[in-house]
Parts: sequence; C-alpha cells; structure tokens
Amino acid sequence: MTEPVIELPVDRKIDTSQMKVTDEVAIQITGMNKWYGSFHVLRDVNMTVNRGERIVICGPSGSGKSTLIRCINRLEEHQAGQIIVDGTELTSDLKNIDKVRSEVGMVFQHFNLFPHLTILENCTLAPIWVRKIPKREAEATAMHFLEKVKIPEQAHKYPGQLSGGQQQRVAIARSLCMRPRIMLFDEPTSALDPEMIKEVLDTMISLAEEGMTMLCVTHEMGFAQAVANRVIFMDQGQIVEQNEPHAFFNNPQSERTKLFLSQILGH
Amino acid sequence: MSDTHAQTVSYVRETMLAPQDPPRSQTGAVKWVHENLFSGWINTGLTLISLLVIFWLVSGISPWLLNSVWRAGSLSECRAILDGTSGACFAVIVDRWHQLLFGFYPPALYWRPVLALLLLFVALAPVLFTGLPRRMLAFSALYPFIGYHLIWGGSLWFPVTALMGFGVGALAYLLMRKLNNLAAIFAAILAPVLWWVFAAGPLDSALYSIMPLGLDFVRSDRIGGFLISMIVGVSAISLSLPLGILLALGRQSDMVFIKTVCVVFIEFIRGVPLITLLLFASLLLNFFLPPGTSFDLILRVIIMLTFFASAYMAEVIRGGLAALPKGQYEAADALGLDYWKAQRLIIMPQALKISIPGIVNTFIGMFKDTTLLVFIAILEPLALANAIRADTNWNGIYWELFIFIGALFFIFCFGMSRYSMYLERKLKTDHR
Repeated sequence: MTEPVIELPVDRKIDTSQMKVTDEVAIQITGMNKWYGSFHVLRDVNMTVNRGERIVICGPSGSGKSTLIRCINRLEEHQAGQIIVDGTELTSDLKNIDKVRSEVGMVFQHFNLFPHLTILENCTLAPIWVRKIPKREAEATAMHFLEKVKIPEQAHKYPGQLSGGQQQRVAIARSLCMRPRIMLFDEPTSALDPEMIKEVLDTMISLAEEGMTMLCVTHEMGFAQAVANRVIFMDQGQIVEQNEPHAFFNNPQSERTKLFLSQILGH
Repeated sequence: MSDTHAQTVSYVRETMLAPQDPPRSQTGAVKWVHENLFSGWINTGLTLISLLVIFWLVSGISPWLLNSVWRAGSLSECRAILDGTSGACFAVIVDRWHQLLFGFYPPALYWRPVLALLLLFVALAPVLFTGLPRRMLAFSALYPFIGYHLIWGGSLWFPVTALMGFGVGALAYLLMRKLNNLAAIFAAILAPVLWWVFAAGPLDSALYSIMPLGLDFVRSDRIGGFLISMIVGVSAISLSLPLGILLALGRQSDMVFIKTVCVVFIEFIRGVPLITLLLFASLLLNFFLPPGTSFDLILRVIIMLTFFASAYMAEVIRGGLAALPKGQYEAADALGLDYWKAQRLIIMPQALKISIPGIVNTFIGMFKDTTLLVFIAILEPLALANAIRADTNWNGIYWELFIFIGALFFIFCFGMSRYSMYLERKLKTDHR
C-alpha cells in the first residue's frame, strides 16, 4: 500500500516545542449517550482528553462528531453518561454549565459573529459582561488577540464588512478573549474558500503551538497530520477508531476507516 | 488584442484597462427621468395618466381650499360671505380649536398641557437619539410623574410618594439580597405594591397638610380633544413595547406555565375586537373591582389599550426572534452569557431591529385606534367634532373639522414613520 498524499495547505514550519501532552485530565467522557427524539445520535462514547492534547475528530456527515463536541459545552444535552470538563460535571445545574462555558471556547462553522456589534465589541462583550473585566482592560486584551489573528486594523468595522476568513479569525479571537483552557472547533473551515482556509488554519496552528488543548471537527487532514496528536474517526454515533495521525493515515485498521480515508484522500 | 481572443484559445491580457466615466445618458436627472418615468410605452402612458389624475384632483380641490373663510361666527355667516361660491369654512377651527385640542380643560390652565407636551419631547429625545447625553435619560424616567402632575394637578406629594415606591423597592432588594437572590426579587416587587396600596395615600395627605404644594386639580372628564389622544396613545405605546417583549419571550419559554399564560393572553386579546375591550373597561370593569374603589376611566382605558397593543407587539417581536439564526443563540451561550444577558445584549437588539417596521406599524395603528374612545364617552377629537356639529351655529359642517383632526393625526403618524426609517438606516450594520 502506498502512503497517501496529505498536504497541509499552509506553507510554514510548525514549532512543536510548546506542544506537550500532560497527565492532567481536561475532559472525561464516560458512557455518554444522546438521542434526538428516537434517533440514537451518540452511542456509548468514552473519551479522555488530557491537557495539551490536539485532537481531530473526523467522520462522514451525520456520524455525530459535531454533536459530540457540542455536548462538551452543553449546546446539546446528553441523556445518559457523564461529561466532566475541568473537574466540573455537566448536569442541568445552570451554574456548572455557565462555569464550563466560560472555560471552554467554541468556534463555529458559520462564525456566528454578532452582526450588530463591531469586531472590537464582539471581542469585549463576554469579558465585560461575564468576567466583569473593566472595559478598557477588555479592549486591550481584545486588541492583543486581534493582533494575534492578524486583523487589528479591522477592529472598528462590522462583521458584514469582513471576508469569511477574517470573520472566522475574529471568531477565534473572540473565544480567546475569554482566556479559555480548552478550544472546540466545529468544522471551522468548511464554509470557506480555499484561500481563506489557509489563513484560518494558520491561526489554529499558532494556537496549537502555544500548547492550547484543542478538539477540532474538521476535514482538513493536512492539519490533522501536522498538528494533531490523536485522530478520532466516528461513524454512526460511535468512535470507530483512534490513533496517532501517522498510524491512522498509513495503517488504518477498520474497514470503515479505510473506506472513508480512500474517499477523502488523494493517492 | 480582442480579435486574437476570438481566433485562438490561448489569451493573455497585457494591459489592464483604467475605469472610464459612464455615458452622459447614464447619470443625473436625465437618467432618473428616463428610468423612472419614460422607460417604455406602458410606463410613459402611466406617467401621463397619473399627471392627468393629479391635475384633476388639484383643480377640483384647490378652489374650495383657496376660497376658505377664516373669520365667521357660524356656518350661515360663512355661507353669506361665500355668497353661493364653493369654499371651505375654516372659521369653525378658528372658533373651536381649543376644544379640539384640549376638550373642556380650563382655558386659564392651557399652559400646563402645552408645557407637558414640550417636556415630552425633551424626555423622548434621549430615548430616540442615542447621540444625546445619557444623563438626560434620568429626566425621561421622571417624566411620567411630571407629566401626570402637570395635566391633572392636585397635590405635588402624590407623584412624589408614588415615585418613592420605586425607592422602597430598590431598598427592599438591597436588604434582601444578602439573604437570597430570589427572595430579593420577590421583595423588590412586593414592597412597592404594599407601599402604593397602604403607605402612599396617607403619606401624601400628611405631607400635603404640612406643606400644601401643588397645582389646581383638573378632573379627568374635563380632559379631552387631542390632549386625550396624546395621553392615551403615548402611555399605551411606551408601556406596550416592554410588555410585548416580555410576552414574546414568555411565548418562547421552555417553562410550561409561563408559556401557557402568555399564549392564552395573546390569543385572547387578539381574538377580541378592541371596542369590546374598551366597553369592558368603561362599563364592566367596575363590577369586578371591590365596591367603593374608583378607578379612573382614563387609567382603565390606558391599561386596555396597552394590553391590546402588547399582544400584537408580542407577535411582531416573535417574528423578529424567529428571523434570527440559531447560531446567534449558540454563540451567546458558548461565551457563557446567561439568558437575560444574551437576550439584552445579543438577541433583542437584533430582533427589535428586524421588527422595527412591524413595531411602528402597531404604534401607528394604536395611536389611530384612540379615536375609538368616542364610543365610550371619552371626549377625544371625534367626539368633540360631533359636539361642535350639534351646536346650532355649526350644524351641517363636517369636512373642515375632519380635515383638521386628520391633519393632527397625520403629523404624528408621519413623524413616527419617518423616525422608524431613520432608525432602520442608522442600525443597518449588516452591509448586505
């Protein structure tokens, strides 16, 4: 079998010096089940994420991968099993939910910026209202992260005036302004043109280089190969296979994984 | 260059073209007239027909208007001056304008409603235009009490003690907050109500006996004309928006009890004609209240109109909420904003912006609906027009009165409409 060609569309060297997986558990999911009505979306999912891990979750559409990461900050409610994020168990207790949500950042496929607020206001809103940080300080933090995602000059524009890639980078900066310990990415590049995918992946790589714990649902296998320390393949609501990226791409074990990889990777 | 393109497949542009000015026929007035009035045979025909219709209307109405009589004591005097020619008799407005505007309000005290109207504009300004200093909002919050005192008069201590109820509520909240948040909210609602029911009245009389400050009291049945339309319309408009927002949110709530109450309220109010509610307010409500309580008719009417408008408002706002993408709620949740913060900072600013045309529609509709008060013996402008026509001097006149009343309503409704257009332009940040 020939090795598949997996390209990272970003032309850069990746600095792995800060990417360290620790023994500290960040997310612990045990026996988690979820139904949409009578449809069993997630079936007995067990998963442990250690601090510093960079996990890519892939799988065919409808396999429950987005639902899984949306359960981690309770945008979706699970019906059975346990999810513990940073030592806090997710139950219907609103205090716990708010606590977890302020620790976990989320980036959406369609950016979900607030169109009635400027870029800067998008970034300072949650720090000011949730973290109670003074406005001036929140603005300084926001500008710091906007510089990090390389669009400080857009701070006073509205989201509608930015390109898709810029909007997604603002969305990442907006999450970072809450100083999260874990970042969730729900298909962050799926709604973007190829040129814009690059700039968003570049931002995500920088984040990984700083040692952020990341869970990414994505079809960017180049990103998985270069950045992830673990790739999880899901199908029909369950984890079918997981492995470190080199073994996952070059030596997949299950037939379902082989079929999926053969469809999305060029040879 | 271009002919190479036609012959071969391979083509490389060597020079980029600079932009040029459009042809003269594509700019300015010529273009506008061409595009909007004479763009084809059908449009040219329609333009000519419209011009003819406008000419016909203006030539029919203008002699009547231009030949108006402004000074006369009665309709027969008017007719004598006109001497058989066609002409309007606006003398009736000159003679009775004060009644149409103020009803039977004592003429010596006209300065009070006029001052109240001027202060209303001052109070509205910071609400309508965000560029003005935010401190002016303090005056807007006090205005209901100032306006009430100017129009009705009576003891100055009455609005003051009523206002103190809010202070009592805030105090109760601060004291109880140390114990429990829910108890604090409960106390903040209960304490002012108890204050208004039991303490405000005696305190008002006590203070008045010590220091008799105040204006001459004017009974509600003396207040009429356009003044009453403004009082009822402005109160109901400003109360129905917050109530409508709460109803819309309640209707979307996951809590079954709150949802049911809101749905029943909205569907009941929308399912009943306004005139029925007004008759209920004027005739039936007293049967349900404990004997001896006198509940001002104007107040009852304001409550009913507020309920009526807020049911419509709730549905308009629900439309705005439905138009928001689910991602906005999710992004707000994911950032850790709680329900009320998400509603206040993310959801409502957008939902209300989408709903502006519908909200203003409801406002305008309600303002005009105040004319229905004629049926429950409130002296709004139409009731007074009828009264004036019952006078032997002016028996038989109607166009002039209704034109005047219509013009008054038009000024305010048109103002609201223009403001809503201004607001929509100002809030347009999506750059679609």
